[in-house]
Amino acid sequence: MTQDTLTIWTVIIATGVGTYLIRLSFLGVVGGRPLPPVVLRLLRYTPVAVLPGIVLPLVLWPAATGGETDLPRLLAALATLAIGVGLRNVLLSIFGGAFVLYGAGWLLG
Amino acid sequence: MPGTRSAFWRGMREGAPFILVVAPFGLLFGVVATEAGFNLTEVMAFSIFVIAGASQFAAIQLMAENTPTLIVIATALAVNLRMAMYSAALAPSLGGLPFWKRAVMAYFLVDQTYALAAIEYENRPRMSLAEKTAFFVGVTVPVCPIWYVSTYVGATLGEAIPPEYALDFAVPITFIAIISPMLRTPAHLAAAAVSAVGAVVLSFLPYNSGLLVAAVLAMATGATVETLLDRKRGRTA
Repeated sequence: MTQDTLTIWTVIIATGVGTYLIRLSFLGVVGGRPLPPVVLRLLRYTPVAVLPGIVLPLVLWPAATGGETDLPRLLAALATLAIGVGLRNVLLSIFGGAFVLYGAGWLLG
Repeated sequence: MPGTRSAFWRGMREGAPFILVVAPFGLLFGVVATEAGFNLTEVMAFSIFVIAGASQFAAIQLMAENTPTLIVIATALAVNLRMAMYSAALAPSLGGLPFWKRAVMAYFLVDQTYALAAIEYENRPRMSLAEKTAFFVGVTVPVCPIWYVSTYVGATLGEAIPPEYALDFAVPITFIAIISPMLRTPAHLAAAAVSAVGAVVLSFLPYNSGLLVAAVLAMATGATVETLLDRKRGRTA
């Protein structure tokens, strides 16, 4: 990593303060006032709208292989997704993905 | 007061199982952040100032990719925007509290405390403000400190784990595991697809900004699909 200390602390503090203000938003100014349905709808999709975009390039072009698509990592990603969708269990899905990653790495290795 | 005491214990009991979910995430964050080159103070500062796992993972991943600072912060905050919804959901129940109490609770407003408190306040609308507060504190006690502790343990472990253990792939696996249980409606599926494909297609944009553009498109897609489906349902019902 090539980040300097100032950059790291800028990210930590700005993300911390920003996240706190998001949490405080409605609780702080009070409001029994309901949010407009459009806003609720947009907010509902924030995690699914950001995380897949970070993930797919990492799965297709892993940094560890110098950006070359790697079968064990691809299989591990698919296994994680399948277990997560099927069982709706985050931890099992992580363990399953890790198991496939190491298993496939060892078998194909 | 017996009412507040029982509300506090009920919160503790309902929060306790989440230790099993939160602790491994904290461990993993500590390990991954340390492997990415952060020192112990920085790793701990992340978990204490931000207490929001997914955004912390997102920030260290983007920093490792040398993304400009502003984009890192904007993306991490975008992941946490959902908490405005949590804040809005609890505001009617807790609005009567003095500001300093609401300000403290806002700090501890994480996925687990929100989820349990929202259900509790809906099921027991006649709880007093003191009981509602006690319940929230009860949930917080097992859930939040374990996040700091497990981060610390993970960071310590991370210093001992050699980098060749393919930990580089822990971030994608963790994100996929967080997202996949959310893919339960067509709207969530559509939003996730637009986000993933959009980020790849727009990766020519400078400074990793394609990710944010894709995220905005994905949010709009999710909201639009939900609206269309609601309308369709309304018509048939």
